[in-house]
Amino acid sequence: MANTDIIIHDEKDNVGVVVIEKITPNQECNCWIMENDKSVKIQSKNEIPLGHKIAMVDFKEGDTILKYGHDIGKVVKDIKKGEHVHVHNVKTKKW
Amino acid sequence: MEIPKSFLGYKRENGRVGTRNHVVILPVDDISNACAEAVANNIKGTFAIPHAYGRLQFGADLELFFDTMIGTGKNPNVAACVVIGIEPKWTKRIVDAIASTGKPVEGFSIEGAGDIKTIMTASKKAQEFSQWASEKQREECPLSDLWISVKCGESDTTSGMAANPAVGNLMDKLEPLGVHLCFGETSELTGAEKVCATRGSTPEAQKKFMKTWSDYNDFILKEATNDLSESQPTAGNIAGGLTTIEEKAFGNFQKIGSRKFIDVLTPAEEPKKGPGLYFMDTSSAAGECLTLQAAAGFNIHLFPTGQGNIIGNAIEPVVKLTGNPSTAVNMKEHIDLDVSKILKREMNMDQAGDELIKTTIRAASGRLTCAEVLGHKEFIMTKLFRSA
Repeated sequence: MANTDIIIHDEKDNVGVVVIEKITPNQECNCWIMENDKSVKIQSKNEIPLGHKIAMVDFKEGDTILKYGHDIGKVVKDIKKGEHVHVHNVKTKKW
Repeated sequence: MEIPKSFLGYKRENGRVGTRNHVVILPVDDISNACAEAVANNIKGTFAIPHAYGRLQFGADLELFFDTMIGTGKNPNVAACVVIGIEPKWTKRIVDAIASTGKPVEGFSIEGAGDIKTIMTASKKAQEFSQWASEKQREECPLSDLWISVKCGESDTTSGMAANPAVGNLMDKLEPLGVHLCFGETSELTGAEKVCATRGSTPEAQKKFMKTWSDYNDFILKEATNDLSESQPTAGNIAGGLTTIEEKAFGNFQKIGSRKFIDVLTPAEEPKKGPGLYFMDTSSAAGECLTLQAAAGFNIHLFPTGQGNIIGNAIEPVVKLTGNPSTAVNMKEHIDLDVSKILKREMNMDQAGDELIKTTIRAASGRLTCAEVLGHKEFIMTKLFRSA
């Protein structure tokens, strides 16, 4: 089995979580989807540390981030596939 | 794995079972802390639980204070209890309620006697209790005597991937065996509240949950100067990769596995509907949440952490687990179980749940947890509003 760099909880999710110390820009990453045990690949655009999220698709401002198959917030700045997803480009819909 | 059928616990007078055999010196109020600590210093095998409140509280806040103090004394992890307060009336109320369990308890009030005389008389009683308790032996007890509370802290994305679902896996395996289970953290379910409500086993439980959550949310909207962005998620959560309260909530929620909750408890309320999973309305601050769960009678606690929360509790052993490989190494002395191999796919959730069951049974049977050997005895009162 190839090393897993990124874990995706649910098939519907549009972000994955880095599970190695960090991924570097232009790294070819192995992703594992926990829910259905499938594997996919993605090329990173930024350095992303352990536990942080990577965009699995392109996002436009106003789009919804899905993790665990659920809505976890809105995109406030366009994000490209492979970029770091965090507080600089995603906000809660709650407050 | 075949789940062990029993653990070694202390059978108490009222039929409950303790995982610990504490003799506690319980101060009723802030000004009695010095006296309680002096007694605990005199008499080996006892310890005091100092706290900051117990004066001029009123209404619902006073009732919660009494529920917390009484529940702490009644908890089966406490073998015997000396209660010390400034005035006799509130002291007696706590002593009488603890005595309903049948365990040895005696109260002392300082007013009119002074610290030194009270320390002497209370120390004599504490000595008697300590020697009495030291002869209690652990006996084989069914797993259904475990009352397990859970709460996570300093969470990061590994909590939602590994440590929290490992707790959920344990719940899925132990609930059918008749174990009492409890999760809380009203604020940290925000964003997942509608999904969480669907986990109520009855329409009443679902309605009660939504009312509890809405009341909390109304309070936040009323009191907050802007929103909770400064504290939910916390700086530690954000450093660990958690972006929004919704993401934190869905990660948090993994702790209950696929279980449904049978009732919603008020803070420190003892569950009365038999074995199964309960939701308790609590703060998400670890010290406050654990104190309320212990006061409700839970006798062992599971605490998944990401970035490394170091919490313990005065009377409930706290078993800590992490899915974060850095935390497992850098904060090794705080971690009872490392499940970070899940991230490398070298351990699956079924195996993680089994390991956690084994660790839990060992701790329940007497193995000291990391938090215990490091001296963590947090006891934090939940305050509903300011005192008179």
